[in-house]
Amino acid sequence: MSSTTWEAVIGLEVHCQLMTKSKIFSGAATAYGAEPNTQADGVTLGFPGVLPVLNGDALRMAVTFGLAVGAEVAERCVFARKHYFYPDLPKGYQISQFELPIVGKGKLDIELDDGHGGVIHKTIGITRAHMEEDAGKSLHENYSDATGIDLNRAGTPLIEIVSEPDIRTAQEAVAYLKKLHQLVVYLGICDGNMQEGSFRCDANVSVRRKGEPFGTRTETKNVNSFRYVEKAIEFEIDRQIREIESGGEIIQETRLFNPDTGETKSMRVKENSNDYRYFPDPDLLPIVCTPEYIADIRGKLPELPEAKRARFEKDYGLSAYDARTLTSSRELAAYYEAVVKASGAEAKLCANWVATDLLGALNKIGKDIDTSPISSDALAGMLKRIVDKTISGKIAKEVFEAMLAGEGDADTIIKAKGLVQITDESAIVKAIEDVIAKNPGQLAEYRSGKDKLFGFFVGQAMKATQGKANPDVLNRLLKEKLAG
Amino acid sequence: MSLHELSLRELGEGLRAKKFSSRELTQHYLGRIGRHDPALNSYITVTADRALAQADAADARLAAGQGSALTGIPLAQKDIFCTSGVRTSCGSKMLDKFIAPYDATIVRKLDGAGMVMLGKANMDEFAMGSSNETSFYGPVKNPWDVERVPGGSSGGSVAAVAAGLAPVATATDTGGSIRQPAALTNLTGIKPTYGRVSRYGMIAFASSLDQAGVVARSAEDAAVVLQAMSGFDPLDSTSVERPVDDYVGALGASIRGLRIGLPKEYFAEGLDPGARACIEAAVKVFEGLGASVREVSLPNAPLSVPTYYVVAPAEASSNLARFDGVRYGHRAEGVHTLEELYKRSRGEGFGAEVQRRIMIGTYVLSHGYYDAYYLKAQKVRRLIYDDFRRAFGEVDLILGPTAQSVAIKLGDKSDDPVAMYLNDIYTIAANLAGIPAMSLPAGFHQDLPIGLQLMGNFFDEGRMLNAAHQYQQATDFHKRWPKGFA
Amino acid sequence: MSLSPEQVKQVAHLARLSLPPEKVEPYARQLSNILEMVGQLSGAATDGVQPMAHPLDMVQRLRPDAVSEENRRDAFQAIAPAVENGLYLVPKVIE
Repeated sequence: MSSTTWEAVIGLEVHCQLMTKSKIFSGAATAYGAEPNTQADGVTLGFPGVLPVLNGDALRMAVTFGLAVGAEVAERCVFARKHYFYPDLPKGYQISQFELPIVGKGKLDIELDDGHGGVIHKTIGITRAHMEEDAGKSLHENYSDATGIDLNRAGTPLIEIVSEPDIRTAQEAVAYLKKLHQLVVYLGICDGNMQEGSFRCDANVSVRRKGEPFGTRTETKNVNSFRYVEKAIEFEIDRQIREIESGGEIIQETRLFNPDTGETKSMRVKENSNDYRYFPDPDLLPIVCTPEYIADIRGKLPELPEAKRARFEKDYGLSAYDARTLTSSRELAAYYEAVVKASGAEAKLCANWVATDLLGALNKIGKDIDTSPISSDALAGMLKRIVDKTISGKIAKEVFEAMLAGEGDADTIIKAKGLVQITDESAIVKAIEDVIAKNPGQLAEYRSGKDKLFGFFVGQAMKATQGKANPDVLNRLLKEKLAG
Repeated sequence: MSLHELSLRELGEGLRAKKFSSRELTQHYLGRIGRHDPALNSYITVTADRALAQADAADARLAAGQGSALTGIPLAQKDIFCTSGVRTSCGSKMLDKFIAPYDATIVRKLDGAGMVMLGKANMDEFAMGSSNETSFYGPVKNPWDVERVPGGSSGGSVAAVAAGLAPVATATDTGGSIRQPAALTNLTGIKPTYGRVSRYGMIAFASSLDQAGVVARSAEDAAVVLQAMSGFDPLDSTSVERPVDDYVGALGASIRGLRIGLPKEYFAEGLDPGARACIEAAVKVFEGLGASVREVSLPNAPLSVPTYYVVAPAEASSNLARFDGVRYGHRAEGVHTLEELYKRSRGEGFGAEVQRRIMIGTYVLSHGYYDAYYLKAQKVRRLIYDDFRRAFGEVDLILGPTAQSVAIKLGDKSDDPVAMYLNDIYTIAANLAGIPAMSLPAGFHQDLPIGLQLMGNFFDEGRMLNAAHQYQQATDFHKRWPKGFA
Repeated sequence: MSLSPEQVKQVAHLARLSLPPEKVEPYARQLSNILEMVGQLSGAATDGVQPMAHPLDMVQRLRPDAVSEENRRDAFQAIAPAVENGLYLVPKVIE
C-alpha cells in the first residue's frame, strides 16, 4: 500500500463445484474434459418443455458445507431464477438462490504469519452460501468472427460462498481461500481442482482511509489460483488508491484479471443496470431440510482440519507445526495415522519421517501422498526396523532412498545391502580399539581434557563399521575405552 | 351412425369387436381433415403416415387381444406438447422448424395406451390468447360459425373435436385455455388439479398455472383420456405423487345430496343474459338430479384477472428467455453482434401478443416494481386461494358460467388486449388456486353454444366428472353437431 | 400507472426484443392500459398475507445422483441454427 492511512476492504465470492456424478437438475454427466456438448441433455440445453429435478447429493453437499462452517442451515429454502442473456446461459436465466439460501451466516478461522515465526488468528465471517447451476463455456479462440459455445459445464452444481467484507489484505484473502479450499476438499464435496475451474474466486475490493465508511467496490473476476488472487487484489488496491489520490473516483464495476500482465481491466459495461429480475422458480418447489435430515448429515461429517490438528497435538504430542503439516489434507493425515499404527514407532519419529523425509521426497519427484511410491505400510515396515534396532536412523535414510527407487520393502533392502546394525559388543570393541591405536595423539589430547574430540572418535569408529554400529552401544563402549 | 359420431367407449367396443379397424377409423378421420380443415385451420401439422403406422400397430395389438380401452382410437395433440420427430411449433414462428428429440410425458403415455395421433392442433402462440387469433399459422375458425373465433388458446383442439376431425384432443389451460374454447364450441373440457398431469415436454407458458387436460364430446370421453394422461412423473418436480382416482368408474354414481355452490360474483354484471338463462336452467337440472344448491362467495374473484396478468406474464417472460436463436428456433439472418442476434431473432420470432406479455412480465419483475406488482399479486393469489378453501368447506362443487357470452367474431377484440383479457374472468381463478375445473355444454344462445363451468376441490376430478356425466344423461346439448360438419 | 416510450425501450432491451420506432408508441399505450387494469391490485388489503408462489403445498423431491442421460449431441444439434465441431456458434463475443 502506498500510504499507511489507507485500508483495503475485501470480500470474496467463491464458486465451488460440487463433486456429483450428474448435474444439479438433470441426469447428464459432469465429468471434466468431454467433447463439446456431449454432456448436454435437454435440461442442460434449455430445450422447451423439459423440467428440472434437484439432485439429492448436491443438496446434501451444500448442507455438509454449512454445518462445517458452523452456519445455520435453512429449514426451508427456495430456488430463484436470475435473468440475463448470455450464450453460455442456455435458458436466459440461471437457477440460483436469492432471498432464502440454503446456508446462512457462518465463519472460518484463518491463521497468518506474523512475520516473526508466529501466527495471528483471525475469523472471517461467511455471509451465506447458496446452491446454483454453473454456466457453460464460451470459446473465443477457435474462430475469428464467431464464438463457440460448449454447454458441458452448464448445470454442474455449485455452491457460491460469500464472505463478509472482513478481509483487509491480499495475504488474508489467500489464507482464507486456502483454508476454504482445504475444507471443501476435506469434506469430499469438491475436488478443489483450480485449473479445471472446480474452485473459482471473484474478489470484491474497495479502499478507504482508516475509520471512514466503506468505499466503492469493484468486482474482479477470473482469479483462479491463489497466486493470482494475491496479485489481483494487490493490483486493485494500488490502483484504487492511486485513482483516489489523483482526484479520481472508483466506479462500481466488474474487472477482469489478466494473469499475463498481473493487472485488472474494466470489462465492457454489460448493462447499465444489471436487473436480474429474480423470482422464485415455479418449476421447483421449496426445499425443506428436516432436523432429522440435518442431524444425519452432521453425524456423517468427517473430522475437520481444526479438530484433527488439535487431536494430533494432544494424542501424538506433535508440535503445532507438524500437526498442521500432517493435517493439511485428509489423505496425508490418514497416511500418517496408518504409519503410526502399523509401525508401533514413536509418534514423533513417524511425524519426522512423514512430514520431512517423505513429503520432501514426494515434492522432489512431483508426486503427492495419493501416488506416493512408498505406501504407509512400507514406511511402517522400515520404522519397525528402527524400533527393533535392526537398523539405525542413519542407515534408515539409505533404506528409504532405496524404497523410493523401487528396490523393494525395507527388509528386502536391508538384507540385500547388508545393512543390519552391529550390536555385537565384541565387534564394536574391536573397531574402537583399532581407532584408538591409530590415533595416539588425539587420545592424549582427549585425556588431557579436550572433550570435543569424542565426536572425532565416534566418526572414526562408525566409519570402521561402515556406519552399521549401533550408536548407543558405540557411545557407551567408546566412553569406557577412552577413559582408559 | 358415422364413425365420428361414436363415443370413445363405442369406438373401443367397435375396434375390439372388429367392426372396423384402427386403420379404417384413422383413414376416416384423415379424410374428414382433408375435406373440412381448410375451412377451420384446426391442425398445424397432420401426421398421416405416423398415424397410419400407429393404427396398424394398434390393430396388431387388438388382434392379439391386447391393448387398453384407448388402443386404436385417434386423437389430436395440441401443438404445445413435444413430439419426437414431429414439429412442435407452439403456434409460433419461433418454433416453425423445431423438432424435439423427446416426447412429452403425456404423449408417451397416450402413445403407450395405443392412441393414434392424427396431428398437431393449432393454438394461440405460446398459448397466449383467448381467441386463437395469435397463431403464426393463422386463426382457427369456430365450426358453429366460421366467422367466429373458437376461443383460445386451445382453439385448434376444440375446433377439431367439435367438427369431428378428431374424436378427442389434448389441450392446456393456464387461465382458461381448455374451458373457454370448450364452452364456445359445445365441448366438454377439463383442466385437472395442478400437478395431476405431468408438465414434462409441454412448452411452458406460466409454470405455476399451466396444466394439461382434455377436450372431448362428453364427460365420459374426457374421463377416459384424463385417466390415461394423469399420474406421477418423476421428471416433473411439480407432479403429485398420489394415485389417480377411477374417474370412469365414478361416472355412474348418483349425485343426490351433492352440494353445489353458486358464487355470487360470477353472476354479477358482465354476464350476458342469454348465457345467464342457460346457466340457471342447468342449475335446475342439477337440482332435479338431487343436488342441493346454495350461494357462496368468492370475494376476491374480481381480482383474479389483474392478478393473473401479473403472474402469468412474469413467468412467461422468464420461460421464453430461452428462445434466443442459439441452440434451436428462429435465428435472424445477417446479424453481426450478439445483441443483434438476440433482439432480432426474438423480435422476428415472436408475435405481438407474446412480445406484449414478455414486456409486461419483464417490467413487473424489474427492479423497483417487483414488490408493487409481482409480490402483491402473489399475496392476492393467496386471498383467491383462501376464498376457494372456505367455499369448499361449505359445498362440494362450484358452478358458474365459463364465459360471459357466446364466441365473438374474428377480429372483434384482437386490437384491444385488455378487453380480450377480460374474456377469462370466470376461468382464471381456478388456475391461480390450482383447483380442477371443467366446462360442459349448457345450451345455446343465438344458435351458439354456451358453456357451464364446474370447479372442484383439489383432486376432486372424479366428483366433477361424475356430476358432469349425470348432467349429460339428463341433457342432450353435448350431442348436437355444428351444421355442415355432421 | 403508465409507461413512457423511454421505459418501453428499456423494457424491450432488457427482454432482448427489437423494437421498431413506429411500435414504441402503440406498445406504450397498450402496456399502459394493461398496467392500469393490473393497478386494481393496489387496493387489495394484503397486510400479513403470505405470498403464494405455487398452488401446491409440497416440498421439492430429490433425484438420486446418477447419470441417466447419454450423449445425444447429434439429435440435439440436428435442429441447431449454427454449429461447428460440436460447438454452437454465435457472433463474436467481445469481453
